[in-house]
Amino acid sequence: MNLTDLPLGEQAILMLAGLVLFTSFSLLAQPRIVAAIRTFAWQGVLLSVVTALVAYDTGLHHLYLSALLTLLMKAIFIPWLLHKLVHKMEFQREQDVLHHPVLVLMGGAALVIFCYSIALPIQKLSISVTQPIIALSMAMVMLAMLMLITRHKAVSQVIGFMAMENGLFFAAVSATHGMPMVVELGIAFDVFVAAIIFGVFFFHIKDSFDSLDVDRLSSLSESDE
Amino acid sequence: MVNILNIQGWLLVLIQTSLFILLSPLLAGWIKWLKCHLQNRRAPSLFQPYLNLWRLFNKEVLLPQNASLIFRMTPYILSGVILLAASVIPFIFVRVPSAATADVIVLVGFFALSKFFQSLAAMDIGTSFGGLGASREMTISALAEPAMLMSVFTLAMIAGSTNLSSVIETLLSQGLVLRPSLLFAFAGLVLVAIAETGRIPVDNPATHLELTMIHEAMILEYSGRMLALIEWASMTKLMIYGVLICNVFFPWGIAESISVGNVFIAFFAIAGKLFVLSICLAIGETVFAKMRLFRVSIYLSLAFTLALLGLLSHIILEVGA
Repeated sequence: MNLTDLPLGEQAILMLAGLVLFTSFSLLAQPRIVAAIRTFAWQGVLLSVVTALVAYDTGLHHLYLSALLTLLMKAIFIPWLLHKLVHKMEFQREQDVLHHPVLVLMGGAALVIFCYSIALPIQKLSISVTQPIIALSMAMVMLAMLMLITRHKAVSQVIGFMAMENGLFFAAVSATHGMPMVVELGIAFDVFVAAIIFGVFFFHIKDSFDSLDVDRLSSLSESDE
Repeated sequence: MVNILNIQGWLLVLIQTSLFILLSPLLAGWIKWLKCHLQNRRAPSLFQPYLNLWRLFNKEVLLPQNASLIFRMTPYILSGVILLAASVIPFIFVRVPSAATADVIVLVGFFALSKFFQSLAAMDIGTSFGGLGASREMTISALAEPAMLMSVFTLAMIAGSTNLSSVIETLLSQGLVLRPSLLFAFAGLVLVAIAETGRIPVDNPATHLELTMIHEAMILEYSGRMLALIEWASMTKLMIYGVLICNVFFPWGIAESISVGNVFIAFFAIAGKLFVLSICLAIGETVFAKMRLFRVSIYLSLAFTLALLGLLSHIILEVGA
């Protein structure tokens, strides 16, 4: 397969897939919480555009519904909810601590290479345009995991978690052209509920520890006194 | 392949390079003019850089007491190296014989050589500002160079050659292809170009404030024609990066064969491309504030990540299994 032989629409799919991977990287390196939420919203927008393009390209109409669902959930509802929570808790200027951002970025690049080598045999089974995207979607899951590991604030960990779900969705779209509608609706509902429960937990954590730093959860209250 | 011993070709190189060198102060003046207008200030004339250079060339040279040979040689080495670099860039014609003699890695090497001598000269006279500027410049260039090489390698992998002429010819022959790798390489190279030419988020070309200056700190002791040569070289360097970015990523319009019509089209095409690029640069310099020096490493690691993503996305998305 060569890029120059593909029609422009399929080239656009690959281009946007590249941009989705870039948003994963910028989530990884973004210490400001409000900016990270915005990047997450952009990732959702790009993801839904890619899904809609794949739907147009393959003629599979159920993917349009997935694209719409992604747009509503990942690009509008969850970022809006997180924004509202951050404003309520007056964390607009809050920054996560990011130790060694350069090392984290390089680690991310290494993960992409690792995922590419892992995904090569899977890619050989598929003949679709989305075949090279499988490696990217796996890399997105890995990058989101890396974000979960390297962050300390609960809000950015939630963003990492949601970005991981984005990666899984992307993998489903690229490898098997989406999941059955029941599964997809179930996952969307799960994510919806998870976002609301996370919101409740933010308030609990903030009430008990006066901060959203997850590291404080491990300290015992007696030992502080 | 281009015949290297082609008199007509070398004549074209001569014309193209002298045009390049002569027009570079105009580009600097134009960017300054744009910036002044964007910031509600009264702008100097577009030709002010020429007048400044003329004034400096006519002034006498004052050398610091303990200046060695390196300090006196550096302006000439610097301007010579930048002149060579300007001659290998396809500016109006794609197929220049000089591009066959020096590929894009040599171009990066030219820049490294010029920075090496500039830093040596800055440390040579032993003032604290010189050492400060030299150490900052070296820090930035050590981080910027891998990013630049990485985006250059992306180009080379797409075209299968490190020769700038063949890269541009390959991209032209393919027509419009949406390449994620080129997008990332473009973004990475723009960030590197801003850092290397000392523009605003990294260095402020207009400042002489001791805490923030990088490039100016290194040339503080120069005067007269030596200063003029250094300033001219840095203007040319800005133009080199501008033309490189314009002609490699948006190659349309450049003259593939030599005829009067083609040359005119190519000249106006590159002028238009530089016009758009300089507007973007001026807006960027007006909107963004200068970064803290310690954040430059993060900025450049972003550039490196972008360039690396370009390389990776070329392998993963474009070549396929």
